[in-house]
Amino acid sequence: MSLASEVAESSQHSGGAAARGSREPVNVLIVGVGGQGVIMVSKVLASLCQAHGLQVKQSEVHGMAKRGGSVFSHVRFGKQVWSPTIPKGDVDILLALEWAEGLRWLPQLRAETGIFICDTKRIVPPFACLNRRQGAPMRYSRETPAEVIAHVAEAYAVDATRMADELGNERAANTVLVGALSTAMEFPLADWERVLAEFVPRKTVGVNLEAFRLGRSWIEEARRTAPDTSDPQGQGLAAAVVPSTVRVEIEAQWCKSCDICVKLCPERCLRLNSERIAELTDPAKCTGCRLCEWLCPDFAIRVHLQPAAAVA
Amino acid sequence: MRTEPNAISHAGGNSLEIRPLTGNEAIARGAWEAGVKVAAAYPGTPSTEIMESLAGYPAEDLHAQWSTNEKVALDVAIGASFAGRRALAAMKHVGLNVAADAFMSVTYIGAHGGLVIVVSDDPGIHSSQNEQDTRLYGVLATVPVLEPSDAQEALDMTRLAFELSEQFDTPVIVRTTTRLSHTRSAVVLGPRIEAAARGFSDKPSKNVMIPAHARLRHPALLVREEKLKEYLESAPIQRWEKSGVDFGVITAGTCYTYVREVLPEANVLKLGASWPLPEKLIERFCASVHRVYVVEELEPVIEKEVRSLGIQAIGKALFPRLGELSPELVRAGFETAGILEARPTAAPWTPEPMARPPVLCAGCPHMTSFNALRTVVDARVAGDIGCYTLSCLDPLRGIDTCVSMGSSIGNAIGMSKAGESKPVIATIGDSTFLHAGLPGLIDAVYNQANITVILLDNHITAMTGGQDHPGTGRTLRREPTHQVDYETLVRAVGVQWVRTVDSYDVAAMYQTLREAVAHKGVSVIISNRPCVLDPVKIKGPPLEVVAKDCNACQSCMNLGCPALTWSEQWYEGRHKVKIDASLCIGCTLCAQVCAMDCIKMPVAVVQ
Ligand SMILES: Cc1ncc(C[n+]2csc(CCOP(=O)(O)OP(=O)(O)O)c2C)c(N)n1
Ligand code: SF4
Ligand code: SF4
Repeated sequence: MSLASEVAESSQHSGGAAARGSREPVNVLIVGVGGQGVIMVSKVLASLCQAHGLQVKQSEVHGMAKRGGSVFSHVRFGKQVWSPTIPKGDVDILLALEWAEGLRWLPQLRAETGIFICDTKRIVPPFACLNRRQGAPMRYSRETPAEVIAHVAEAYAVDATRMADELGNERAANTVLVGALSTAMEFPLADWERVLAEFVPRKTVGVNLEAFRLGRSWIEEARRTAPDTSDPQGQGLAAAVVPSTVRVEIEAQWCKSCDICVKLCPERCLRLNSERIAELTDPAKCTGCRLCEWLCPDFAIRVHLQPAAAVA
Repeated sequence: MRTEPNAISHAGGNSLEIRPLTGNEAIARGAWEAGVKVAAAYPGTPSTEIMESLAGYPAEDLHAQWSTNEKVALDVAIGASFAGRRALAAMKHVGLNVAADAFMSVTYIGAHGGLVIVVSDDPGIHSSQNEQDTRLYGVLATVPVLEPSDAQEALDMTRLAFELSEQFDTPVIVRTTTRLSHTRSAVVLGPRIEAAARGFSDKPSKNVMIPAHARLRHPALLVREEKLKEYLESAPIQRWEKSGVDFGVITAGTCYTYVREVLPEANVLKLGASWPLPEKLIERFCASVHRVYVVEELEPVIEKEVRSLGIQAIGKALFPRLGELSPELVRAGFETAGILEARPTAAPWTPEPMARPPVLCAGCPHMTSFNALRTVVDARVAGDIGCYTLSCLDPLRGIDTCVSMGSSIGNAIGMSKAGESKPVIATIGDSTFLHAGLPGLIDAVYNQANITVILLDNHITAMTGGQDHPGTGRTLRREPTHQVDYETLVRAVGVQWVRTVDSYDVAAMYQTLREAVAHKGVSVIISNRPCVLDPVKIKGPPLEVVAKDCNACQSCMNLGCPALTWSEQWYEGRHKVKIDASLCIGCTLCAQVCAMDCIKMPVAVVQ
């Protein structure tokens, strides 16, 4: 963790190009969710390396990028770069714009020396909230910053989105992370800022430079002090819920076959039977949301929720 | 992807410049430098940016266009070649299946003006329906296949492809892969040469493929193949990189970079053309070593050829035939072969992976159609290819099948004729409908099929990043042009029952779908609303959930809108819902399906 001083020194002599350590080429993996700016960050880094006369390959897969899928971009630079992709386990720096995406790629990091810089921002995919049952857990990654920091050679969980928000532009979160990234490499500060200014929208150059410097100073501070492993965006959703059993009672005589409950049941577990009377097809699917009870114009349905303990 | 911050300034173009370009941008540059006059493509990942980049060059230099499909694109290029100008068609690997008919004939005809077909393969199936190997089309058609390994080679080989095409009177395939197409590296730019206009090729015996002519052209093909092989024995694109080791590696394309990555000292024969193969060169190379390995992605095209020369080359026994190769897979192969020592592998700490499948955008107009399909009818749904294919996943789970571009309508006809008891519905995007769906619809009317077609008209080719097509009223260069009127078109082929519905009107969609399914014969619903991403990003004021009224039924979440998520509040043990204001575009679909009527415009906006 003596890096801050190294950076300060090396940024004084211009042309100091490689990342810390002497291994060549340097492998940076930049990951996030579609629309977050993974490609922009990669281009900044690639352009900087290019300006320093290094060979650079930047490889991305973005077919599904716009549809909220995970996006990743390999940036490799050095005197000679062959493969456009980083061999597994050879990632020197993993820069993640989203928490779960960072975790996804962690096994690619070099075991003893890899640096992990990750925004704690959580983008919860719709997929994580598909279970409507009582007490259903969100299917989002469970690992906490503290756990990650304990397992990785050098890890930083940065609340970059909040930091950028405080500067007045949430979208500058990427630049906070670029600032953090810059401390792990030996390019002169002025060059970073020049390249960054080229890539961000003209009107936002000011706030982005501020964000960049904030990212840098945050990391340098983090190296001096113990890591902050609090979990600002924590999982506050795991409330204690005692699941109930659900029983749906349908008064066949009152049902007038209007079909409203069938069409509105979110689990689609009702149907009209051969006598055109509402019927629960799949009791196991019913979550007890009571929509049918409330929407039946003839009060033919009642939903009973009983605490599981009471039933047993 | 239209404007790259580091797009090349095309003015002049005489000085030698170095620029970082993706493989696709480099191919476009190479074509421009080679004096291409006409270029046509249908979009398809990973090839799309080739034509988008070409459209960045001056209109005086070349005509560039989106075509309705790959076959038309290739036919346009062939026409320009007949007229004596250099021409290019670009497509993804499966696009060549669509263009294959023209392709298999034009190989007999040859090329008057240089004719280059760029085909982008997708090993690993990053965004396609299969991972077929285009090099086999080269074998099938006796057409040379050039395989660049990085952006610089992509530029150089595209230029070369035009020269070879004219010199050997043949179409030439330049094959890329996702990895090459989407990797950016430094490229030395050159000036454009104005290839001379050669005038029309007035040779009916060569250009009119009737049996009598074709029979004479086939032997010419074999002669051409021999000449190409002869050329490739000593062509500069074939590189023998000698070293002292006693084994040799034959490779091509991106695989070459993996080989160099893991075996910097290897003795390598890097083939610039993976078809046809230079037999004498290969024999000399193999004679100089004790063992020969072939490293190639997907099919054992080179390996089989080398073995047919009686050489015991080893390839697919070590390097997988499935998926994309990588440095680690190539390394593993050489470890198995005993060439490399196994690296000690400490099992890394692996957090539990979280699924993040791609999803429809917040406010995507496709949500309504698929939500209606699950809500108001119990039907068999033949799907097609586009953003809407994502509706196969939860929660929409709206399609039962998806085969290839335009297949949905034909598939639906077949299901219905086979006696499927449920109503049969085909869902097809606007671009896909124009690409290959129309013949299916004509077939349905002609054969009196009892099906419903939902034409998902989002006014753009969305899946591939927002390209124009004949239904958008704009060309590739964004100039105004005629716009297809689907209702008129559909009626003209004989469909009697056609309705256009606003995709943001849930009730109208439910009702129209009921009526369409009740209609006997072919019914067509045009679901009409622009994509929220392209050509302009749509962002209206976000809606809010009135938390006190939400009963956590989560009906709204059946839409699959990514702006809808769980809140920190509960009702009877279930999560209430909230809306992510930064994602919500204010389409109101969730408000329309909310049975508790608790999703609202924020008060400030209403006033
Ligand atoms: C033969 C072939 N060509 C191209 C593609 C690539 N591709 C996949 S979806 C698609 C277009 C879809 O557009 P549209 O039908 O309008 O649906 P949208 O994505 O707009 O919803 C294309 C071009 C393909 N899969 N197959
Ligand atoms: S890009 Fe357009 S069509 Fe595709 S999911 Fe988004 S809104 Fe829907
Ligand atoms: S209004 Fe509802 S369905 Fe539409 S984008 Fe917003 S949250 Fe999604």
